[in-house]
Amino acid sequence: MTTETLLRRITDYGNRADPYPLYEELRATPVARQEDGTRLVGTYREILHLLHDPRISSDLRNRRHRERAAPDDEDDQGLPPAFLKLDPPAHDRMRRLFMRHFGPPHSPRRVSALGEELPGIITGLVDGLAGRNRIDVVDDFAYPFPVTVICRLLGVPREDEPRFHVWADAVVASIDPGPEENPGERRRAGQQAKAEMGLYMSGLMADRRGSPRDDMLSGLVNDDIADSGVEPVELVTNSVLLFVAGHETTVNLIANGMLTLLRNPEVLADLRAAPAAMPQAVEELLRFEPPVHMLTQRTPLTDVEIAGVVIPEGVPLSLVLASGNRDPQRFTDPDRFDPWRPDNQHLGFGGGVHGCFGAPLARLEAQLALTELIRRLDSPRLAADPPEYRRNPVLRGPRRLLVDFDGMRP
Amino acid sequence: MTGRDGRIVVVGASLAGLRAAETLRDEGFTGSLTVVGEERHEPYDRPPLSKQVLLGRVPPDHVALPARRPVDADWRLGVRATGLDLEKRLVRLSDGADLPFDRLLVATGVRARPWPDEAQAALDGVVGVRTLEDARGLLERLEAGPRRVLVIGAGFTGSEMASVCRERGLDVVVAERGGAPLIGALGGVLAEVAADIQRAHGVDLRCGVTVTALEGDGRGRLARARLSDGAALEVDVAVVALGAVRNTEWLAGSGLAAGPRGVACDAGCHAFDLNGVVTDDVFVAGDVARFPHPVYEYQLLALEHWGNAVAQAEVAAHNMVSPGVRKRPHLSLPAFWSSQFGVNIKSLGVPSFADEVAVVQGSVEERRFVAVYGYQGRVTAAVAFDQAMWLDFYGRLIEAAAPFPPGFDTVGRPGKPEVLPADVPDPAVLSHGPTVAVTGHLPDERRVTLLRPPG
Repeated sequence: MTTETLLRRITDYGNRADPYPLYEELRATPVARQEDGTRLVGTYREILHLLHDPRISSDLRNRRHRERAAPDDEDDQGLPPAFLKLDPPAHDRMRRLFMRHFGPPHSPRRVSALGEELPGIITGLVDGLAGRNRIDVVDDFAYPFPVTVICRLLGVPREDEPRFHVWADAVVASIDPGPEENPGERRRAGQQAKAEMGLYMSGLMADRRGSPRDDMLSGLVNDDIADSGVEPVELVTNSVLLFVAGHETTVNLIANGMLTLLRNPEVLADLRAAPAAMPQAVEELLRFEPPVHMLTQRTPLTDVEIAGVVIPEGVPLSLVLASGNRDPQRFTDPDRFDPWRPDNQHLGFGGGVHGCFGAPLARLEAQLALTELIRRLDSPRLAADPPEYRRNPVLRGPRRLLVDFDGMRP
Repeated sequence: MTGRDGRIVVVGASLAGLRAAETLRDEGFTGSLTVVGEERHEPYDRPPLSKQVLLGRVPPDHVALPARRPVDADWRLGVRATGLDLEKRLVRLSDGADLPFDRLLVATGVRARPWPDEAQAALDGVVGVRTLEDARGLLERLEAGPRRVLVIGAGFTGSEMASVCRERGLDVVVAERGGAPLIGALGGVLAEVAADIQRAHGVDLRCGVTVTALEGDGRGRLARARLSDGAALEVDVAVVALGAVRNTEWLAGSGLAAGPRGVACDAGCHAFDLNGVVTDDVFVAGDVARFPHPVYEYQLLALEHWGNAVAQAEVAAHNMVSPGVRKRPHLSLPAFWSSQFGVNIKSLGVPSFADEVAVVQGSVEERRFVAVYGYQGRVTAAVAFDQAMWLDFYGRLIEAAAPFPPGFDTVGRPGKPEVLPADVPDPAVLSHGPTVAVTGHLPDERRVTLLRPPG
């Protein structure tokens, strides 16, 4: 088959359970032109270079008009784009402002303080599964856990979950690059959801103006942004971005993690015996089954030559991170899951200025969650393999992960 | 004797010496390994000494270099090498012992250039900042709350010292003979930015002046400094930051090409003898080495950079235990960083090897930008202020001898950049155009290729 159809085949739901052979095919061509003009890049070194290349824009307004038929580029109901879809310097100003309330140097304790609450949240969820012999790791654990955490971090009431669950699903469906169904309809639904979420978020922020609590929304809304170059409405759109991102990616990391460990029982046994190795195992997971498979929002500002091929100015460019992570030129025996792999500089969190904002929190969540799950579940095994996957080929992960087990350890 | 046994002596127990010793064992060297270090301490890390340690964020005894692996070595610490006999293959030590070797690595680094007047230098309050003892002493003085600190020299160390003083709320005067801070390393355009940053942070910056005398209070304590413009300053502490002296005196008369500018070696870290003939068994790495770099017309570079010490030590150690065809060149681009006044400055390439400079990303006004340096129409260096994440891209331009000024748009900065004269002091060493480029990605595939000029 021709490499021109690779994107179509990758997005084809039939290939969701195992896209890796397609990625291998992709890596044979450094820059694979697709039927719609999109260029796919799937080799590690080229992805790494493009992630750090200042000629590559993340702002879809830089696409040539006729090539802009991208999943998510229409006017977002008058809302300005979040920093994920902006270039420096606007990107940097917003991200810096948000980082002031999330990480060092201004908020060095935010993640570690939250980290102290995580074991309690995990234990609560796992205790709630007692008396059962089958769980759905996604709905029973991998989804509710990070949602609780992102709610706690931002200051979103957990009891509003029924409302924002629907919104988040609509937003995620809208960035599905698959050509099937009705992309226009999905896009409109996604924008509608974002607008509603924005209203909801600004309501929460208004409550905190002048009466701060211990959460990020309070920090943001009471920060002096006069000189930051950031508009108040951008606080709202970026909070929505973080909320959705914090929602949708860690779910995959934990569910993919459980799936991978259950497929590699000897590794699972090793980790149960030596939980101190879990941080390395999570890094390997981020390589082996990353929660975000590709970055679809890039556009060259000028003709860019990479690996001897010119990517023309203005065309859609997608970096297939999950393929780079399996590049045998970079990783020895790349299709083997090996937590003890040395020099594991994976692309699981992307890289460059758009490198994952929440990475430190995601790491901590996955490490603690997987450690506790494998410690508590007695003889866990997959009830179905492969599991049922979510539709989305970008934020790829199981929709359901049924696991049978013999009992719950204390 | 094969490559993997015999006796290896490493002279110098700091960053380059330690990393070389570790690499030797990594590469399967099973013979006897002796590491000689003048300081009594286990190998420690110097960059924090002028930053976190003086700010009180890292205790002085927490700067030991992390061991990458166990090194089975005989550590001779607190002992200085005093001589080298190449014929007898002996290193002479200050404790009277002679150390025989089959292969030798010279990694003796540099020391701080002392204040030239010994009596003035001995005043209580006159300090340097290079060693752990220096940092301990200085920390004590800064914590005592001096009324005013004088920093002599506005290179990277001096500028970082000024930054520490301001962060501690201390009055600080910086005296620099050149026209602006960091001008030797970054050229005039970025040096002016550095000067603005210092002044905005309340540094009393005085350029174009020298300190002519340090005077005591009659009881051996520093009381004031006199400047060449006639000013007299009451100061409690004077930090001497006049750059470095290479530790090569012990090699005098050894027959090696060693002198005040360092020990000359080839790209494989083999030392040259006085005649410029390469030696087989004597290697050099770290701040004390002068090595040819193809990107800079094979001129000999001497770098006081952390990353260079590591990379060169690894190449030297690899070559010490590898047969000819397996040897590697030390081709990594010079790189350094500095943090001062809340700004992270990072440099790649050799900014002083330039005739022009252009800001290609970000904004100087926001103090967040990337500047690219060019020499005769090709890119030779890039410097980032708080934008270090882009530098690898420019490193590839430097290695490919890409045209200068860059003709492409970058994120957030469309259009052609304004090109300014680089204003590098003393450009006497600059001459020809590009002839080669560095290629390859893995350590053993990095090679030099000849370039044909276009057209």
